[in-house]
Amino acid sequence: MSQSVIARAAEATPPGVARRFRGLSDRAIAWIFVAPTIFLLLAVNIFPLIWTIRLSFTNFRANRPNAEVEWIGLRNYDRILTDSDIWETMQATAHFLCWTIVLQVLIGFSLAWLINRKFKGNDLWTTIIVLPMMLSPAVVGNFWTFLYQPQIGLFNYVVAFFTGADPTSFSMIGSVSLAPWAIIIVDTWMWTPFVMLICLAGLRSIPDSIYEAAECDRASKWRQFWTITLPMTLPFLMLAVLFRGIENFKMFDLVVQLTGGGPGNTTTLTSIDLKREAFEKWRTGYASAYAIILFVTVFGLASIYVKALNKVKER
Amino acid sequence: MSGYSITEPSPRQKWVAGALVALYAIITILPLVWIIATGFKSSADAIAYPPKVVFAPSLEGYVNLFTTQTRQTAEYFAANPPETWYERIVQSKGLTIAGPSRFGERFMNSVIIGFGSTFLSVFLGTLAAYAFSRFKVPLKDDLMFFILSTRMMPPIAVAIPIFLMFRSLGLSDTHAGMILLYTAVNLSLSVWLLKGFIDEIPHEYEEAALIDGYTRFQAFTKVVLPQAATGIASTAIFCLIFAWNEYAFAVLLTSGTAQTAPPFIPTIIGNAGQDWPAVAAGATLFLLPVMVFTILLRKHLLRGITFGAVRK
Amino acid sequence: MTIRYTAPAVATALLAVAGAAQADDLTLCWAAWDPANALIELSKDFEEKSGHSMSFEFVPWPNFADRMLNELNSGGQLCDLMIGDSQWIGLGAEAGHYVKLNDFFDANGITMDDFIPATVTGYSEWPKGTPNYWALPAFGDVVGWTYRKDWFERPELQAEFQEKYGRELKAPETLDELKDIAEFFQNRDIDGTTVYGAAIYTERGSEGITMGVTNALYNYGFSYGTPEEPYKLEGVVNSPEAAKGLEYYKALYDCCTPPGSSDWYMSEDIDAYKSGQVALQMNFAFIWPGVEADPNVGGGKSGYFPNPAGPDGHFAQLGGQGISVVSYSDSQDAALEYIKWFAQPEVQSKWWELGGYSALKAVVEDPGFATSQPYAQTFLDSMAIVKDFWAEPSYASLLLSMQDRVHSYVVAGEGTAQEALDKLVEDWTEVFEDEGKM
Repeated sequence: MSQSVIARAAEATPPGVARRFRGLSDRAIAWIFVAPTIFLLLAVNIFPLIWTIRLSFTNFRANRPNAEVEWIGLRNYDRILTDSDIWETMQATAHFLCWTIVLQVLIGFSLAWLINRKFKGNDLWTTIIVLPMMLSPAVVGNFWTFLYQPQIGLFNYVVAFFTGADPTSFSMIGSVSLAPWAIIIVDTWMWTPFVMLICLAGLRSIPDSIYEAAECDRASKWRQFWTITLPMTLPFLMLAVLFRGIENFKMFDLVVQLTGGGPGNTTTLTSIDLKREAFEKWRTGYASAYAIILFVTVFGLASIYVKALNKVKER
Repeated sequence: MSGYSITEPSPRQKWVAGALVALYAIITILPLVWIIATGFKSSADAIAYPPKVVFAPSLEGYVNLFTTQTRQTAEYFAANPPETWYERIVQSKGLTIAGPSRFGERFMNSVIIGFGSTFLSVFLGTLAAYAFSRFKVPLKDDLMFFILSTRMMPPIAVAIPIFLMFRSLGLSDTHAGMILLYTAVNLSLSVWLLKGFIDEIPHEYEEAALIDGYTRFQAFTKVVLPQAATGIASTAIFCLIFAWNEYAFAVLLTSGTAQTAPPFIPTIIGNAGQDWPAVAAGATLFLLPVMVFTILLRKHLLRGITFGAVRK
Repeated sequence: MTIRYTAPAVATALLAVAGAAQADDLTLCWAAWDPANALIELSKDFEEKSGHSMSFEFVPWPNFADRMLNELNSGGQLCDLMIGDSQWIGLGAEAGHYVKLNDFFDANGITMDDFIPATVTGYSEWPKGTPNYWALPAFGDVVGWTYRKDWFERPELQAEFQEKYGRELKAPETLDELKDIAEFFQNRDIDGTTVYGAAIYTERGSEGITMGVTNALYNYGFSYGTPEEPYKLEGVVNSPEAAKGLEYYKALYDCCTPPGSSDWYMSEDIDAYKSGQVALQMNFAFIWPGVEADPNVGGGKSGYFPNPAGPDGHFAQLGGQGISVVSYSDSQDAALEYIKWFAQPEVQSKWWELGGYSALKAVVEDPGFATSQPYAQTFLDSMAIVKDFWAEPSYASLLLSMQDRVHSYVVAGEGTAQEALDKLVEDWTEVFEDEGKM
């Protein structure tokens, strides 16, 4: 029996491959399997990162390959950290980050909590709700500029329908006070389902027996929510926040298509600002320093956050 | 005790929850319905003030999407009457079809780059994931974390040196360059997801095969791969969707030859102003495959979007 | 004998190879707009005569500079011919993106004296004012204004305007008159719909608001350096007069534009004008043939006038482009052939007929030209008063700063006009210091 299996396997394996791999130790196979991945990631991530660090100490401009490149030490970093305009874009990013996370967690958790009531047809509705999350942000964001147009777009009319306001009386993308909310609304529309799915997994991970025990202790539903439901889904929620935080810190495509950073600089997030420096003004050295600062920020914040997350998990 | 379990919500609760979720779902799907509907509007209906909910369907958007048009004189039309339905649509605006548009090419670029990078990243990812799952690799945790961390860098930040690298290697605006880049970006996802899937396959199967005289490599191809097929398929779909949707690298590193659809669709422009029916038509064709995949994938969705961190 | 026989065969084979190499596929890159479609039509003649085939890569204005400069900076071979914006010429020349055309012009009897001087300076020369040519003027363009002649001519509106302002309702001659007219029409009920004063440029992302605001700034005394000191900014860019010009533009935006027009450029302005929302429209001259042909506003319903004068000058923002050969192209000879063909007077006059603004003197100085189209005279008058933005190699940085400062003041309402221009001087000084020019 086993004889025939080996024979069949030997037949099915091309002789060259079979010969080459038969003699290999597990250790060698492990290296052969891992090496291409590591090599590619080194070439496309680490090598460029080192290059970026190098460039960040120069005044290099990629659109002037013939010009002389000077080492200017920390001047790029100094200029960025003391530039008040960059702090404005940081604030815009922080505003965007905080509100998208707050709204997505609130709406996402509520939806998950409702879906967990296991009503009829919840599979269908869940599938519909998750659709926006999987779509191309650039294509969808571009279309939202159309939805937001005061005279001809759908959004203002839907708002007018619910509030009775005049649909042409406000312009989501054009006004300084509304534009930051215009991008938050679209991001929330796209990514609430992400938080919802993770919360749903969290809620479903809580065994019924815990609630049954609480019920026996006559704990109120309110109390059960605060002492069982929330603490037990917290690690999941925190994970969702981590993912959304990193993603929205990198946010580019959606907002570029929606507002292009305007009006003025009200929605110029750091990625948009960085793109202008690097690929429109072509101040490559300066932009490299900017990129390094962003990378250190996101990496630092994420590491602190992951430590906190692990603590919560251990509890 | 009542008829249902204490943890099971009452029928009234279920009804209220169902209604609220349904309401949210309807609001959330509205923009997508509007995109699809706009694709079938005429130019005038698309920018009607106020917006039109009921309209006479037209294929103008799709015709504009696939053709380039130039203005012609009345004499020209008298001499060359339109022959097909799409020529009639174009002529009703005083234009004539000059040739195909670039949309078909851009869509094919998306297909080539999407499938090419998906194949590569799943292939490399499966090998690496198997090694990480089954063997003692030195610094395993560090390597796994390194792989994940490559996803944290903002694409625009990485794009600076990659732009320079591609320029000096002649990879700018080539399919090969974009395939390599998307493969590298997707590797973190594919390694993490596939490691999870392979971890779930009991070691006993392979051990039995090894005892039967299989080599390690045979055990991998004949035992593990078939068992991991579902996982590999869903990983592939996630990689494909990422490559399909990617915008930042595409807009910076491609222009004519290898440009994919996402940077192209927002720039579809008519004779005056943005041609919204054509944009909507392009968006519809571009988004539909992903919608279908999402519905097919819904069981594995959670796992895919969290890099395997949450499995059920 | 055999040698004799094979020699012609080899020659034929060589010729065949040469012929195959000569039938190139040229790609021409330009913005996606009406004139580009006309160029496709025009180029069919070139394809027939030369045997080369033409492909076109057109990018919409908001992405045009971004995409094309990226293409040039990455040394891309997509475009053989580039109809690049006037302000790119410095970069194109200094970074080696464009082929220098002087020798080619000399060899083929093309002389820049045959072209409108403003277009030669604007589209071809770098450094400015020197006979170094990097492009052939391809499309003359300038910011001007379109107005609803049919509304202006209504007796009841004429009477009301006369009473209110003590003068006739007609095309304005000064910027203040223009604002009065825009104010007069703002929120007016015309045939049952509310209309607005003027559609002006306010776009943030690319170059829109700069191309608009300069039409006010120039005429209030703003200037890019002085003839003696080309990089003098202090007191020229941010003079109190220039600040008044910026205040004027904001006042116009605040009082007299359609709601939601906070991010408008060429195509949005056209849409608003054609759909009957506004009485006045600021736009580049390229749209005029389309306006004249439009069923709603064409056929005599529209009039045209050059940018009105201000207290300190009379200028209009230059648009338009020259056609250059990209130095990374493998088909430079065929590309030069195209330019040679394009420069011919008969091709240029057909170009004008199809809606392209030829910059050839022979075309625009033809006695019939000024009356050939209702806007032809306005085009000539406007081309006589043009002024262009910086064409420095660092043009993109200079432009982005201006977009930022001006949009923040005019649309977002941050700070004062003087502060905005002071900050602009700071930004520009930094750019020029980086360049080693200050």
